[in-house]
Amino acid sequence: MDRPIRVLVAKPGLDGHDRGAKVIARALRDAGMEVIYTGLRQTPEQIVAAAVQEDADVVALSVLSGAHNHLFPKVVNLLKDEGVDDCLVIGGGVIPEDDIQGLIEAGVEAIYTPGSSTKDIVGYIETHLKRK
Amino acid sequence: MNIEEKLLEGHKRACARLISMLENNDKEAIDLIKKLYNRTGNTYVIGITGSPGSGKSTLTDRLTKELRKKNKKIGILAIDPTSPFTGGAILGDRIRMNDLALDKEVFIRSMGTRGSLGGISRATWSAVKVLDIYGCDYIFIETVGVGQSEIDIVKMADTVLMVTTPNTGDDIQAIKAGIMEIADVFAINKSDLDGADKTKMEIEMNLDLNEKKDYRAPVIKVSAIKNEGIDELVKKLEEHRNYLENNNRLEERRTRNNKLQLLKLVENELMEIIVERSVKEDLLDNLSKQITLGTIDPYSAKDKIIELIR
Repeated sequence: MDRPIRVLVAKPGLDGHDRGAKVIARALRDAGMEVIYTGLRQTPEQIVAAAVQEDADVVALSVLSGAHNHLFPKVVNLLKDEGVDDCLVIGGGVIPEDDIQGLIEAGVEAIYTPGSSTKDIVGYIETHLKRK
Repeated sequence: MNIEEKLLEGHKRACARLISMLENNDKEAIDLIKKLYNRTGNTYVIGITGSPGSGKSTLTDRLTKELRKKNKKIGILAIDPTSPFTGGAILGDRIRMNDLALDKEVFIRSMGTRGSLGGISRATWSAVKVLDIYGCDYIFIETVGVGQSEIDIVKMADTVLMVTTPNTGDDIQAIKAGIMEIADVFAINKSDLDGADKTKMEIEMNLDLNEKKDYRAPVIKVSAIKNEGIDELVKKLEEHRNYLENNNRLEERRTRNNKLQLLKLVENELMEIIVERSVKEDLLDNLSKQITLGTIDPYSAKDKIIELIR
């Protein structure tokens, strides 16, 4: 693909730590992607509005507060409501093993927990884009 | 998705997709702009420039909110630098504009410079056309954080707002050529900090030395974060617009800018043709090596490449 992949890195909900999101943003930048970072404490509605306007190929969500089961599916569903059917949604954060399957069934296509390698994340995005 | 139909109906997604396609030099998208060009010309473009961290994004957010009170539809193009090494970028201007994300009458798009060095990207002009067709009353173009000479914004904007902050150098900075010369309006942001009056005076003194004209750039002290001085700044931006419109200068300025943009389009395409042809014949690498070895001088090498398109 001869165009940069556009990734919206977003932090839904109320937790105040974005060190992880920034590390991911930096890794994606170094992999040649255009990373749109929207900062802390975003509502799912704001994130989806930004994803639409930025024409993002990927929405990468980070949550450390424990509210992932509520927030991640909400973003997936709002994207659907907007008619966005070609955007890859992935998530990360402190997410218990038991929750992962449910999130994937809800439409979050990959989940990364602490210790994940940024290389794996870059590789996953590059091979799982929904539009060329 | 039928982009043309959806764009004319005011769908943000169509608008966003068309901008992406133009960023990627997509031929279909260019054809669509050709077709819809007669719908442009209803927007007013304000360029916002200034050094990194001077508060351009926050100020853009505040100016947009002020104009939303007048029920204007606003487009924002926020440019951040692309890495010359990887082609990647961190586009972070939206962080200061999150309140606007859900406003139906505001469209915000972040763009990487993708190799352009003048403070904006190659596709910015195309994106302006898209937002014009989309129906924006005003478009703000926020440049990358600039230094002293990234002045491409003046080739695209109807009004240039230069954002500066207190204590960013002595009075010699104010009399230097380049970025300080292109402003139609100056905003001294963070003017709650010490030194704002001194900075204002230095800029004013520099303006005093200009040849006397019937327009003089105003210098306004604001604080974007405290929302102070924003209404006055909007007033000054409108005054500049009125000045241009009342003296037929707007048409003059736009024609000058269109000439520069047209030249740029031709230059881009010519460069593509030249690079494509010289790569095909391995000429570029060969000649570069010969210049290093001293077997050819750079000017004769240039002539060989120009011959390819003559």
